[in-house]
Amino acid sequence: MDRVDILIVVGRVLLVFVLLLLTTVFNVWLERKVVADMQNRVGPDRAGPWGLLQTVADGLKLFFKEQVTPAKAEYGMFALAPLLAIVPAFLMFMVVPFGQPFTIAGRLVPLQGTELNVGVLFVLAMSSLAVYAVVLAGWSSGSKYPLLGGVRATAQAISYEAAMGLAMVSVIMFASTSTVGGSLSLSDIVAGQAGTYLGFVPRWNIFPQVVAFVIFFLAIIAETNRSPFDLVEAEQELVGGFHTEYSGMRFAMYQLAEYCNIFSMSAICATLFLGGWNGPTFEGDVPTFVSAILPTVWFLIKTYAIIFSFFWIRATMPRLRYDQLMQLGWKRLIPAALVWLMVSTVAISVRQFGLPWN
Amino acid sequence: MVELVVFVLMGGGALAGGVTVIKARNPVYSAMGLLGTLFAIAVLYVMQLAHFVAAVQVIVYAGAVLTLFLFVIMMVGVDKEEDVRETIPHQRRLALALGLIAIGIVVSLVARGRFAWVPVASAAADPQATNGTVQALAEPMFTDWVLAFEATALLLTIAAAGTIALASFRRPVADTAAERTGV
Repeated sequence: MDRVDILIVVGRVLLVFVLLLLTTVFNVWLERKVVADMQNRVGPDRAGPWGLLQTVADGLKLFFKEQVTPAKAEYGMFALAPLLAIVPAFLMFMVVPFGQPFTIAGRLVPLQGTELNVGVLFVLAMSSLAVYAVVLAGWSSGSKYPLLGGVRATAQAISYEAAMGLAMVSVIMFASTSTVGGSLSLSDIVAGQAGTYLGFVPRWNIFPQVVAFVIFFLAIIAETNRSPFDLVEAEQELVGGFHTEYSGMRFAMYQLAEYCNIFSMSAICATLFLGGWNGPTFEGDVPTFVSAILPTVWFLIKTYAIIFSFFWIRATMPRLRYDQLMQLGWKRLIPAALVWLMVSTVAISVRQFGLPWN
Repeated sequence: MVELVVFVLMGGGALAGGVTVIKARNPVYSAMGLLGTLFAIAVLYVMQLAHFVAAVQVIVYAGAVLTLFLFVIMMVGVDKEEDVRETIPHQRRLALALGLIAIGIVVSLVARGRFAWVPVASAAADPQATNGTVQALAEPMFTDWVLAFEATALLLTIAAAGTIALASFRRPVADTAAERTGV
């Protein structure tokens, strides 16, 4: 552990941080543009080329705005809650590999914040910690609408985390047939998806695990409180939901955390099901730096495909009612995930050990 | 050195959280104190390379159990005038006696030299150590201790089924009684 190692670690963490900030700036603009196009509007087009700097302008505006604290608020928790939103949002992406490892100064540097052998569990832990920000914001605001939003958010997060975890279990069990001895590390899961089926179909987990993919995708939309599961902040019922009483920089922190979560969750979905950074690098046919950067490009394309479907769904689907949300979570997704877990376990064990009567 | 610093910081954090749980006037702050304690202990697990235990601790306790606590506190409504009368007779004296017995056990163990500063393979000492990884945990669990593991799984399944049975198959008598009293 000399100076170069420490520099590399700091560099990796900073890279993840900057990547998340930049994608947030881009994603807010992208969402507004995509939804505007789908609704035959123009969308932001004033700040910078194609309105790209709109988010920067909005962020600066929020930065200079007054931070209002309601008279009945519990000040300590009220100030703490936005920080609790932002920390898990940034930490979650730490374990996601977003490019091919490369060699620098004689050391192999993996392109991810940190390599954990419990990577998938870390993701689950961080996504469950994200609930606190919403619950505490709702409670500490000392106001009715945030409280109702906070209660809704807790129930929703608990319900859909179960389905998300079960979908993860079946894909990890499937991935254990291609990685050596099985692994919960996201970089091992990516490595297990290299290569092709039959020579032309990429070896992604989505093809054998399509049911788990659908369940996981629905669950991450609910986990990030996006439309059509955004009744945590249903404008028509709850004004702004849990962040009604927040203004200025604290509100901006909630927005930042939301878009970080969207990016991280989409990235994890792409890693688990769409092969992560796997893809053709055309090594030898193109300059070295191009084939070194191509895996990151594939990773971003896959992640943005999922993010685009987030926005697409938002533009087209009406919001669910609260009872429909609970019905879908508990009576459809969790049983479906359990049945799929059984089916895929039987299929994996037959493939590994043969039929029981043979 | 790193281990000692982390231990002092996180041990202090865990203790502060524990004191907050007992002393806080508001149950939400108590719940947050418990969260702090659980988190500090999770960091101590990570220092012992028990990544799996740390992650599971955060997922199960911080993610599920404490969220339910907060949910219940918010649903029932935080009542500042909590009833703090003690229901167990001689509660304080019993607590004092039990505390003294626990301290006595620890002191006697230390006096007999049963406690030693064991230099375990920590993350700081050996980055390549694998004694707490998922693989290292799963192997004994599914080979030597598979019977205990399966028995625990059965117990948990029974507990889960029992919870569902209690929640959904209520006797109709209870409902009518509740209606009569107007609850």
